[in-house]
Amino acid sequence: MLKLKYRTTLLTMLMVFTHIAMGSDLGKTLATQGNSKGATACIACHGVDGSGLAGAGFPRLAGLNPAYLEKQLHDFTKASRTNPMMSPIASALSEKEIKAVADYFSKIKLTIPGSKSTANNKLMDEGKRLAENGNWSNDVPACFACHGVGASGIGDHFPALAGQQADYIEQQILSWRNGQRHNDPNQLMKGVAMRLSETEIKAVSAYLASLTMVEN
Amino acid sequence: MFTKMFTKIKNIKMLTGSGFIMLALALTNVTAAEKDYQVELPTAPKGVATFVPPSEKDIPKNAFGEAVRYGMSLFNNTQQLRGKYVGNDLNCVNCHLDNGKQADSAPLWGAYPMYPAYRKKNDRVNTIDERIQGCFTYSMNGSPPPFGSKELTALVTYHYWLSTGARIGKALPGRGYPRLAKTKNKPSVSRGKKIFSANCAICHGAKGQGTKVNGNYAFPPLWGKGSFNWGAGMHRVNTAASFIKANMPLGKPNSLTDQEAWDVAAFMNSHERPGDPRDKGDITQTAKTFHKHQCFYGQKVDGKRLGNGTK
Repeated sequence: MLKLKYRTTLLTMLMVFTHIAMGSDLGKTLATQGNSKGATACIACHGVDGSGLAGAGFPRLAGLNPAYLEKQLHDFTKASRTNPMMSPIASALSEKEIKAVADYFSKIKLTIPGSKSTANNKLMDEGKRLAENGNWSNDVPACFACHGVGASGIGDHFPALAGQQADYIEQQILSWRNGQRHNDPNQLMKGVAMRLSETEIKAVSAYLASLTMVEN
Repeated sequence: MFTKMFTKIKNIKMLTGSGFIMLALALTNVTAAEKDYQVELPTAPKGVATFVPPSEKDIPKNAFGEAVRYGMSLFNNTQQLRGKYVGNDLNCVNCHLDNGKQADSAPLWGAYPMYPAYRKKNDRVNTIDERIQGCFTYSMNGSPPPFGSKELTALVTYHYWLSTGARIGKALPGRGYPRLAKTKNKPSVSRGKKIFSANCAICHGAKGQGTKVNGNYAFPPLWGKGSFNWGAGMHRVNTAASFIKANMPLGKPNSLTDQEAWDVAAFMNSHERPGDPRDKGDITQTAKTFHKHQCFYGQKVDGKRLGNGTK
């Protein structure tokens, strides 16, 4: 009897471990091969290491908060974040697959050094000033106030921006402005995006991209 | 009968007139010992804030500049004084946004030129040093840095520098928090709870506990042992409502309706927090002496009387 109980426990443990292993396997399979329902391999656009692709607007996924990634995939299936490439892919993922793939990328420990920016020093200084201190006379808080010191992210809702692709950051700020993206909690980003000038958007995107992500 | 009683009282008063004055003086002295730096500020003058404080890059590169920088650093990261003068998880900048520069967020350039000031409450002239010390006692739930200490001197120097060009003794638009007009409905804790969940919990946590990253608070706790104590100005519902309306959520100032700001302020301030340091173990008496304003000190909320302080 006792032996049986012991065996059952062992079996349960084995099943749990297998499940975890399968979870990350599933994530890896999806990332590298996609699924048969129309979701293409993530790494084709987001890079083998999940660091994104400069110049194409494909964001870095590696090391981002898993709940944040999951939410984005869910939102791509709704109207709150529309994207001609990502919406069909996200719709082709099951709930279990969304979880697995978000988990997979969040666990890639990648200390991507900040990109060498082509932006001039003046623009980078402006970006640094905005990221660290904001522009309060225009009610723009510091990026670091919500995205964490060094923009390494805070919790499920404020993603890391350090080392993110500059053109992606720029695109997203513009998407909040024009309403194409409105999945930010309490429209916190929309307000900020509306008050940033074109130059400020360029400056802050270049600066944040140049930062090296530090793990929380 | 009342007339008779009144005449009697009048007679006694006439007979012991000097005694009454003496008693009154003695009482005044007792109250004077109970310093209350948290008296409400006069309303800021109407109008758009036009004062522009100097820019960080203009801090002079000399000993004075060093004091300004040290003061700014203490203001931003007051936690470096944790255990010495700070007893909670807050930083000055939590309630004075943009390093104490933001108009309508009790900017330092709005406060500094108004001191020294006579305060009826303690019947004497108070300096800016004493006002800042009050912040440490109440808002920071700690103990005041002594007069002449390098910390207090640096903070005063930072105040002074930010006020460069402001006229002494002239109240500027943008000082303090813009007083929020009373609304039709009284502030409601239960309505405030819903507003809190929808707008504030994302940063300050579902239980107002704040959010920590790498051991530091990214978003401050709003009640509980890590927050300001029952003597801080922010525990008043009206002060909190005015601050919230003009400054919260970050990046979305004036986005809540007046009623929402009042309600959420009531919700925030209807929770237990560190005790009032002036309390001598009798919150009924402390409430009578120091809390005759709009607050929940000594009141029952959800069957629990508030004011005993967090342990």
